[in-house]
Amino acid sequence: MATPEVTPATALTFDLRSDTVRELNRRLHGPEATGRIRVVNPDGRHAVAVGLDADCEVEIEGHVGYYCAGMNKLATVRVRGNCGVGVAENMMSGTVVVEGSASQAAGATARGGLLVIHGDASARCGISLKGADIVVRGSVGHMSAFMAQKGALVVCGDAGEALGDSLYEARLYVRGTVAGLGADCVEKDMGAEHVEQLRVLLGAADVDADPGEFRRYGSARQLYNFKVDNVGVY
Amino acid sequence: MCGIAGLYTKTDALRSQLGFHLAAMLGQLSDRGPDSAGVAFYRDPAPDGWCKISVHSATGDTDWSDLADALAVQFGDASLNGVRATHAVFTVAAPAEDVQDWLRAAYPQLTLMSAGQTIEIFKEAGLPTGFVRRFDLASIDGSHALGHTRMATESRVTTEHSHPFSTGLDLCLVHNGSLSNHNRLRRALRKEGIRFQTDNDSEVAAGYLTWRLAQGATLEQALDGCLEDLDGFYTFAVGTADGFAVLRDPIACKPAVMAETDEWVAMASEYRAIAVLPGAEDAVSWEPVPGHVYSWGTALVA
Repeated sequence: MATPEVTPATALTFDLRSDTVRELNRRLHGPEATGRIRVVNPDGRHAVAVGLDADCEVEIEGHVGYYCAGMNKLATVRVRGNCGVGVAENMMSGTVVVEGSASQAAGATARGGLLVIHGDASARCGISLKGADIVVRGSVGHMSAFMAQKGALVVCGDAGEALGDSLYEARLYVRGTVAGLGADCVEKDMGAEHVEQLRVLLGAADVDADPGEFRRYGSARQLYNFKVDNVGVY
Repeated sequence: MCGIAGLYTKTDALRSQLGFHLAAMLGQLSDRGPDSAGVAFYRDPAPDGWCKISVHSATGDTDWSDLADALAVQFGDASLNGVRATHAVFTVAAPAEDVQDWLRAAYPQLTLMSAGQTIEIFKEAGLPTGFVRRFDLASIDGSHALGHTRMATESRVTTEHSHPFSTGLDLCLVHNGSLSNHNRLRRALRKEGIRFQTDNDSEVAAGYLTWRLAQGATLEQALDGCLEDLDGFYTFAVGTADGFAVLRDPIACKPAVMAETDEWVAMASEYRAIAVLPGAEDAVSWEPVPGHVYSWGTALVA
């Protein structure tokens, strides 16, 4: 990882075996949400570091439960472990990095920012994506990018069944195999702008992969009422 | 929503603490299923020629020693192995089917929770945390165990409607999800001779496995059959005398996480129920792939 290690002595630290998640989130919503903050012993608890709205860096040492870093805005949240359902759900901006794997619905409805998953993401990754970018170093499960409207899903491994089902205008890039495309999802040409977008996203995610090895998938625009006049909003 | 947990031990030290650890897992899953809780322990096998039966008394006024005496008179020999809250476990010197038939006829007020060589089932309506205390789960040892916390959707909240469900010898099932074709399937299975105690959808899944195994299927084949014949959502954990298996439906609405160390294999609805196990922070953990049968135990899946 390019990110330097936190110096424990200098970072504000929450231990979730003694501090409650409610207390953690309350303080992360206040003036202490600055610089580097450590969270230790998450032990699979839900809703860790949700609703952040400040430019701070939260480092979580261990596995978390559902909805970690949900609704994130401005903050950088790094999970040194696995995530349960719905990591970075409805993220608005900022960055969420998962060093392990993520369960279902990672990045669901996320509107902005970058979600990086260094392991695998399971089913419905990026469901109803609304503008955020997701980079998965491993593989994603079935129904990923279901009804995704805007943003990009980059999969360095394989994609499961029904990728991009009922897709709107999100861009999907997959390096490995795709078990099956969902309704109205088709393979599209990789143009120069797509290679460039992929290069930028892989760089931002600190993932070493050749953009030339990816295929692009997008909407055939047969299922929804696509108007070319609106293309600029996606 | 429900919570399910399974724990398979690999060391003698952990076998003696099986109930303590399963109780901790159920505690984490209490808010996923506050209506009722239940467990199946696999432990202390009955001798050859004997069977083990778990019995529940709803009225609480059954004299279990008298029942042990009556079983001994009927079958030659029997013993009361233990009493936990409203449940008792007996070993009887006879085939399990004979003992079950006799108990149903002679003691219709009792509910038979499980039968086999090693299985013991305890379950009761009410908060899981209270269940863990009343049944003193922490004192139970064994090789492996399954647990369930129930938030009812398909049928009433009673002890009989709680999980685990056992419809076959040493076989039990816990379920998170809901089945939509259980009425039709129950009718079909009754015609095949499978006996049901409730109108619960999950009991039909247990009965379906019993039927498939009786037809000669391996547990893996029987579980694969669920993918074809059961309509609905499910994460199942299925216990047998040798181990346990896990299956999620292909859509996988219901969660599951698994983890393994040198000392144990665990599955749970959520990771927080695994985090309470010794060495969990160093365990290999993963999410089971939908539609794929996972199993642990000796010769569990032939």
